[in-house]
Amino acid sequence: MHDSAHVVEQPGLRHHFADMEQQRASATLGMWVFLVTEIMFFGGLFLAYLVYRSAHFGAFAIGSEHMDFWLGTINTVILLCSSLLVALSVHAVQVGKTKLCAVLLLIAALCGVGFLGVKGVEYYGHYQEGAVPGPYWHLDLPQGTDVQNVQMFFYIYFVMTGLHAIHVTIGIGLLAVIAWFAWKGRYSPAYHNPVHVSGLYWHFVDVVWIFLYPLLYLISAKKA
Amino acid sequence: MSEHIVPRKTYYIVWALLMALMIITAALSRVPLGEWNTVIALAIATVKALLVLLFFMHLKYENYRITWVAVIGGFFWLFLLLGLTMTDYLTRGPSGLAGH
Repeated sequence: MHDSAHVVEQPGLRHHFADMEQQRASATLGMWVFLVTEIMFFGGLFLAYLVYRSAHFGAFAIGSEHMDFWLGTINTVILLCSSLLVALSVHAVQVGKTKLCAVLLLIAALCGVGFLGVKGVEYYGHYQEGAVPGPYWHLDLPQGTDVQNVQMFFYIYFVMTGLHAIHVTIGIGLLAVIAWFAWKGRYSPAYHNPVHVSGLYWHFVDVVWIFLYPLLYLISAKKA
Repeated sequence: MSEHIVPRKTYYIVWALLMALMIITAALSRVPLGEWNTVIALAIATVKALLVLLFFMHLKYENYRITWVAVIGGFFWLFLLLGLTMTDYLTRGPSGLAGH
């Protein structure tokens, strides 16, 4: 290496960063800037939800009655637990337990798979019930219901949970790859930015669900 | 200014709080409180989101103000998007929403 006096070689340090700390701060900032674009991405959908719900609360409450309260709650538990696992995986790599970090990330990814499984069961239930807007729509609704806006609830529900599910899918892939690298010993207490920023992504997906859960599943107090 | 190592205990406490808040929000949704159902549900969701952001996502321990600028800027724009749009729709009266 043709280094000057102040350059200390450190594994994991890219040449365009002054030191590990600057590299870490840059990675964190970069991930947050990306997450801000994600906030705006989901924000548009939350806005659509807000506009239609404020105008058609009754129809949205009826739509919400066709959500499965328990499956939605189970998925909330799954995501909250997976977020804890990811947070613990960051701690594990910080104290040098890289194998433990890998295992925790893998379990978190499996939680994500479980989440998608439950979501799939829910989607199939909606399909069978006829709650998918379009040619297969045949939902049983009382006479005089504002069908058009019940359909609007389901449009928004499918787009929001669908986009969220795509994010969960990407997150599963991300966590699985990072778990593999962690297992192979690529990360250390000195260098583990990928673990940290992937964790940020997973927590963000969790935050989106924290809002989707009450807005989609808990509108109507009549739920059994 | 090296990276802060959050103790595991903090993570467990935050997780326990998140689970407790989830149970509260699920239980309260069964109690008919009218408008307050929505207000309470959103307030609890906001507290849960803040817990995740501050502790799981380490914002509480973030030393670099530039990261805070990005985060606060993001939520500020979200607030503008939702807030300004709703000042329009909520003050239109019975006329002008698509679907009517």
